[in-house]
Amino acid sequence: MLPRDLKPENFERYPAEARKLVRNYVGAFQRLPLSFLPSLLREIIDYDFKFPSERKAVEKELENLDSLSPEQTKTWFESFAQIELSTKLERFDWVNAPAQFVEQLSSHLWTTHQLDRFRQAATDYAGRLHAAIPPEVPPAPRLGIAVIGQGVASFNEPLFRKLRPHGAHFSRVKPENGLDLLLGAVAARAKKHPIPYAHWYVDGGEEAKYDPAITCISYRALEPLRTVVLRKMRSESEKPGMGPETLRTLLAQMTPSELGLAKPTDPVLDRFQVKLLTEGSGTQIFSTTFAQWTARETLRRAQPLTLLVRFAPRQRQKPMNELLTERNESPELDPLGSLVDADMGAYYNWLNQQRLPGAEQSLFLAWFEGHGEALAISPALPRGTESTSVADLREVLSWMS
Amino acid sequence: MRAAGAPNYSPDLIRQFARTRRDFLRDAAGLALGSTLLRRRAFAGSPLKKRKVVVITFGGGARDQETFAPEGQENIPQLMRELIPQSTFFTQVVNRGILGHYVATASLATGVYETINNFASLPPENPTVFEYFRKDLKRPSSDAWVVAPSNGFNRIGESNHRSYGLGLGARVILPKHLLTAAISKGRSDYEHLLRDNYETPLYAPELAGSEFELEQLEKILKLSVDDFKTHAKTLSSPDELSVYIVRQLMRQVAPSLLWITMHDIDVAHAGAYSLYIEGIRRTDRLCAEIWKMIQSEPEYAGKTTLFILPDFGRDSDDDPGGNGFQHHRTGDALSRTTWLMALGAGVREGVVHDRAMESVDLVPTIGSMLDFSASLAQGKPIQELV
Repeated sequence: MLPRDLKPENFERYPAEARKLVRNYVGAFQRLPLSFLPSLLREIIDYDFKFPSERKAVEKELENLDSLSPEQTKTWFESFAQIELSTKLERFDWVNAPAQFVEQLSSHLWTTHQLDRFRQAATDYAGRLHAAIPPEVPPAPRLGIAVIGQGVASFNEPLFRKLRPHGAHFSRVKPENGLDLLLGAVAARAKKHPIPYAHWYVDGGEEAKYDPAITCISYRALEPLRTVVLRKMRSESEKPGMGPETLRTLLAQMTPSELGLAKPTDPVLDRFQVKLLTEGSGTQIFSTTFAQWTARETLRRAQPLTLLVRFAPRQRQKPMNELLTERNESPELDPLGSLVDADMGAYYNWLNQQRLPGAEQSLFLAWFEGHGEALAISPALPRGTESTSVADLREVLSWMS
Repeated sequence: MRAAGAPNYSPDLIRQFARTRRDFLRDAAGLALGSTLLRRRAFAGSPLKKRKVVVITFGGGARDQETFAPEGQENIPQLMRELIPQSTFFTQVVNRGILGHYVATASLATGVYETINNFASLPPENPTVFEYFRKDLKRPSSDAWVVAPSNGFNRIGESNHRSYGLGLGARVILPKHLLTAAISKGRSDYEHLLRDNYETPLYAPELAGSEFELEQLEKILKLSVDDFKTHAKTLSSPDELSVYIVRQLMRQVAPSLLWITMHDIDVAHAGAYSLYIEGIRRTDRLCAEIWKMIQSEPEYAGKTTLFILPDFGRDSDDDPGGNGFQHHRTGDALSRTTWLMALGAGVREGVVHDRAMESVDLVPTIGSMLDFSASLAQGKPIQELV
């Protein structure tokens, strides 16, 4: 089937809210090329499980598509229309399985050497959309916090090297009660700006005590889910004919109930957590990877106002097969390697935060947990500077705002 | 392509990556730029028949900022201090093919952008450099070898091309498979050497093809199973195991065409930056070890050209569609653009070339050096080397 053949009843299997949303835009869909439309449907089919900011983005994008004249539609999608697709792709059930279609499209683009053209078309589209729908400035400057180095007694190499050119480096921070102070600052922002899914605390180990106004995800709390995912990965991979791509597709389709999550308390958050473990690479085995990927996905999808990510020591590297095996004994940890992972993770958290609207005003703080070293990025602080002022983290935060 | 992931590059980020790849090297190693006046190492009077070529793929995939950029040079001290000053260095080698390790290595070995399934046990569709070499020069199978890291590479030595293919390819050693066969028990002592495919750790294709058998360990490499096992215990990674096998191969067989595929760096797929850096540092050290072997082994010294190149890079930190160093999925410029180092016989020392070339140029270049025709390759011989 091609987009021009679409009818409202083709979307009967979509979840309730997505089905309702899509009804108004079938006419707009009919004008779009097949190389583009399924990637939009991939977002829409998950509409019921999306964060508020994602829902708003989808709605605005649909409104914009609907408002384009035939000439404008032609201009916007000309490059996509030139992508050559196979008959197999055209016959695929891309309405009901858009994510799987996009996977196969990706493979087709690589094989037929059309990936660069597609990338350019996608980049141009994103640019046009950005111009047509200016991003909403957040109600307050975003604040990202990365706490790294848990369990490391001393480290003699320089930290925050990639972040230093962008902020002020503090070498005499008072570390006492540091985590509590930071979580308190997150809680205060959550109370001042009570927006759903706007204030997050991600812990790569066991979560510390936090205010219920904060959305929290921790590696420890997800351990039962991780165990089920690992078991599933292992059992599926042992089936005859199971290849890596099929396994990835299968994992991506898994729902919270299939993984044994009982009554959903928060369907949006439950689905998000499942995706962290079924779509992330390495999130099932290394807590540092889990923390970094969770931060990336939280920023990309929920666009939070506040995000505190605390990295914890990951298990030491072993052969992959062994890492993926369910074990009861406590794994041997690698605190120093984890600090290096987390240092890079903090940089990626900042990069991902800077991709969101309001980047010019955004604030970012990275702290070596239990130590006196921190790095603060803020329009109020000079870049590439060193400070030897003695201060606690609350004071550093106050200088940033 | 979703709007939510649209890039919002700040000027700072752009500036950070603005220095050219050539600048990195010029600053660090004081290399000359593309001069033709510099000394070219001769093949030491060796006749064509005696010439040898060793290829190392610096795998699986490393980026500039962890290697040749100023902040990355600390990770490759051997390449920077020892090897680059002796080499002709090409700063822009573009891979326009599929960025999966098996299919990309197959493309390097055929000189054609292969489109085979990266995860299937399939031979390349186009003739490999080993087949051109053996057919044109009438060389025996003992003269072309591949040492490869993963079970997935077992078909790399020989294509299914009807004019070449069966019986004309290289012999392939999979050291990890060899070790698995050698250890009937006590596997836990060797688990660290048996890591396989980092991208899909649970999946290993069925073995097929002209695989090196355990009984040949003693016959060809003059290595008893016990010695092999004992020495393997002293090593820390799969690539170290590969280099150990390479040493035996060079001493006992001395093939004229030897292809070594490194893979430790690809642990990056697990997302742990420290392990990725550790892999780069180890690969740097192992490349220097192989170069020292080449210089010290009488069969190789003075008549061998060594090529070192990554199969491809990894995703840029700038591309919101990727996750930085972890993968090579976006197809962005950084993941497609790598480098090539040539050193040894017939190569000028201390030269850097900044022009763009393609990774498929390697096979025709080796062809020109060893005097065979890579007639079906898409690439062209690198003029600065032939």
